[in-house]
Amino acid sequence: MRATAEQLRALRQEVAGLERWQAETTPRRMPLGHAEADAALGGGLEVGRLHEVFAGHGADAASATGFAAMLAARLGGSLVWLRQEQVGREGGALHAPGLSEIGFDPARLVLGLLPDPLTVLAAAGEAARCPGVGVVLVELWRMPRPLDLTATRRLALAAETSGVSVLLLRVEAQAQASAAQTRWQVHSLASVPLEANAPGHPALSVELTRQRSGPPGGPWQMEWDRDRGIFRAWDGGGAALSGPQLPLAAHG
Amino acid sequence: MGEGRRYLALSFPLLPTDRLRRHGFALDAPLVLVEKARGAMRLVAADLMARRLGLLPGLALADARARVPELVAEEIDRHGDGRFLARLADACDRYSPMVAVEGDDALVLDITGCIHLFGGEAELAADAVQRLTGLGLHVRKAGAGTPEAALALARFHRGPVTDERAAVLGLPVAALGVPEETLRALRRAGLKTIGDLAVRPTAPLSARFGAGMAWALARLLGRADSRITPRRAPPALVFSRAFAEPIGHMAHVMHALGELAGQAAHELEARGKGGRRFAATLFRSDGDVRTLEVETGAPMRDPAVLMRLLEARIEALSDPIDPGFGFDLVRLAVPALEALDDAQLRLGEAQALEGSLSALVDRLSTRFGRGRIRRFLPRDTHVPEQAAQAVPAVAAAPARWAPPEAGEPPLRPLHLFSPPQPIDVLAEVPDGPPMRFRWRGGTHDVLRQEGPERIASEWWHDVRRIAPPRDYYRVEDKSGHRFWIFRDGAEMPPAPRWYLHGLFP
Repeated sequence: MRATAEQLRALRQEVAGLERWQAETTPRRMPLGHAEADAALGGGLEVGRLHEVFAGHGADAASATGFAAMLAARLGGSLVWLRQEQVGREGGALHAPGLSEIGFDPARLVLGLLPDPLTVLAAAGEAARCPGVGVVLVELWRMPRPLDLTATRRLALAAETSGVSVLLLRVEAQAQASAAQTRWQVHSLASVPLEANAPGHPALSVELTRQRSGPPGGPWQMEWDRDRGIFRAWDGGGAALSGPQLPLAAHG
Repeated sequence: MGEGRRYLALSFPLLPTDRLRRHGFALDAPLVLVEKARGAMRLVAADLMARRLGLLPGLALADARARVPELVAEEIDRHGDGRFLARLADACDRYSPMVAVEGDDALVLDITGCIHLFGGEAELAADAVQRLTGLGLHVRKAGAGTPEAALALARFHRGPVTDERAAVLGLPVAALGVPEETLRALRRAGLKTIGDLAVRPTAPLSARFGAGMAWALARLLGRADSRITPRRAPPALVFSRAFAEPIGHMAHVMHALGELAGQAAHELEARGKGGRRFAATLFRSDGDVRTLEVETGAPMRDPAVLMRLLEARIEALSDPIDPGFGFDLVRLAVPALEALDDAQLRLGEAQALEGSLSALVDRLSTRFGRGRIRRFLPRDTHVPEQAAQAVPAVAAAPARWAPPEAGEPPLRPLHLFSPPQPIDVLAEVPDGPPMRFRWRGGTHDVLRQEGPERIASEWWHDVRRIAPPRDYYRVEDKSGHRFWIFRDGAEMPPAPRWYLHGLFP
């Protein structure tokens, strides 16, 4: 792709405008609710930026997806979720009742099922430029060729211009150079069991592996409090036993 | 005949062979098309060259070959012919929005109200015949006051029609389009032409030859009103621009469409209406037709927005528009009108803003296809696969979802597999979920579980889909992965089968 002088000039002007805009505004931050994570983020996740969420392993896809959806719920506004059509066969179709169960109202969701990574990114670019959208969630599996540094720069620029938060969800992928504001690595975590040893609220182990404006942090163990819509500290380490609790005999 | 309506019938007696010839097939040999019938390959279509040699449909291929060894025979492709006829019907949209396909070889156009655009019925018919002949087709045409009369004249009348009624009366009884046995009975009774029937009272004819014959006769003679059933409902509004010289540049085509969009906006505004769908049709001078459709979530009429959607539609085409020798007619149709007054416009201004979500949905649907951009509507059912209905986002307003019950962990998975994935149970307990199972090569030791939640199929909706009830469990393995699994069928032997249906975060 060769840019003409004309295009280059227009781009420079655009960038200059953006830099002015950036200087004038301080980004709004959305606290996660988890005190340590918020402290590491300098108050919270920056709104209107590009953030990357990586699944630790293929098996952590559900946890990473959950984390991204929970962030979307916290960020608010409508959500445009873009994924490749064939991912549904491998990772399961997005189930709207399940989205509702983690506290995101499916009425605020528009789902785009696209044929390939290139169209996913094209749709993402279009959606990220639309100020009427709250969050764009771009789900890409493995290492698609069209997703390079330039592609992430485009998304980051679009997010900063429009104020739309863009979450780039990567499954079975390794980190690569990108223009994202933060990068997260998500692993599954045993939940704090409920009565009768039932699986409890969503629990995640979340690591901030990179951020532009500060040092990395974590991993933190978090639990998603759907009813309050925040992440809270997970305290399953000591208090809960990882098995059925048996009453101890009073006298040994 | 018929309250002043006019119909034009176009019949293509050699359509199957003409279609092959268009592709340069067997240009200098007699061509016949065959099909297996009564235990032998028989001719079902023959071109002019073959017909002159006496090779007529019905003849066995072996006999035909014996007579004319250089014969070229192909198997008939009725679907291909049907598609071709449908494309011809598209091309005839330029004369009238009311086009009907009749049988496998003819079109009937309702040209009432369109005649003046072409300077007269004869001119319109001549233009149609010239274009269709240019496509390499043999065409017969006839105009009449009823669709049946037009079709019968096109199929059975030879030579120019001077007196329409006399011509109809002179047609053979075969023009009625009734079954062969009725025709035989008519001929045996000495009734050879429509005129022979027209002079007789209807009641005895009906009693002897059947009500179907009497009905066909009444429609042919214009005694009973009949209309064609167009392939598509005619649009509410149509704006056209014809060019004396075909235009080959897409920029000029878009300019013309922009003018039509302006006209449409003007007309819609005057009526206090808007449209949710718009169709631009480009007619190529050689008969090819391309239609571009765009759809919006809310009624609108802004020409600038419409043009942007059309441009996005064109950009997204997988096979780009080929102007060929140029387009000589462009048309913009609004299939249906919806109320859109000033108050609604003001109300919808926020929605109609370029940066709004609904405008984005319109653009994405136009660019990537309406089926790819979806919303979910809740459905009142326990069956997990049917709990959410995915619909095109342009066609649906957001629906209300019931909030989850406070205090509970998520009871439904974020990802659902369709179909459910079978799992291998490695260790089981009598009345619960597996203690260890294998899925996709990984082994999972179940640490926590909750269940069963019994979900029965809703057989009262569809008795053909009675499935045994399923017992669902939420389980969590040692690494903290949470799954939704179920046991299929009864608890009776053979061993129950287990499936993984979803993943929790």
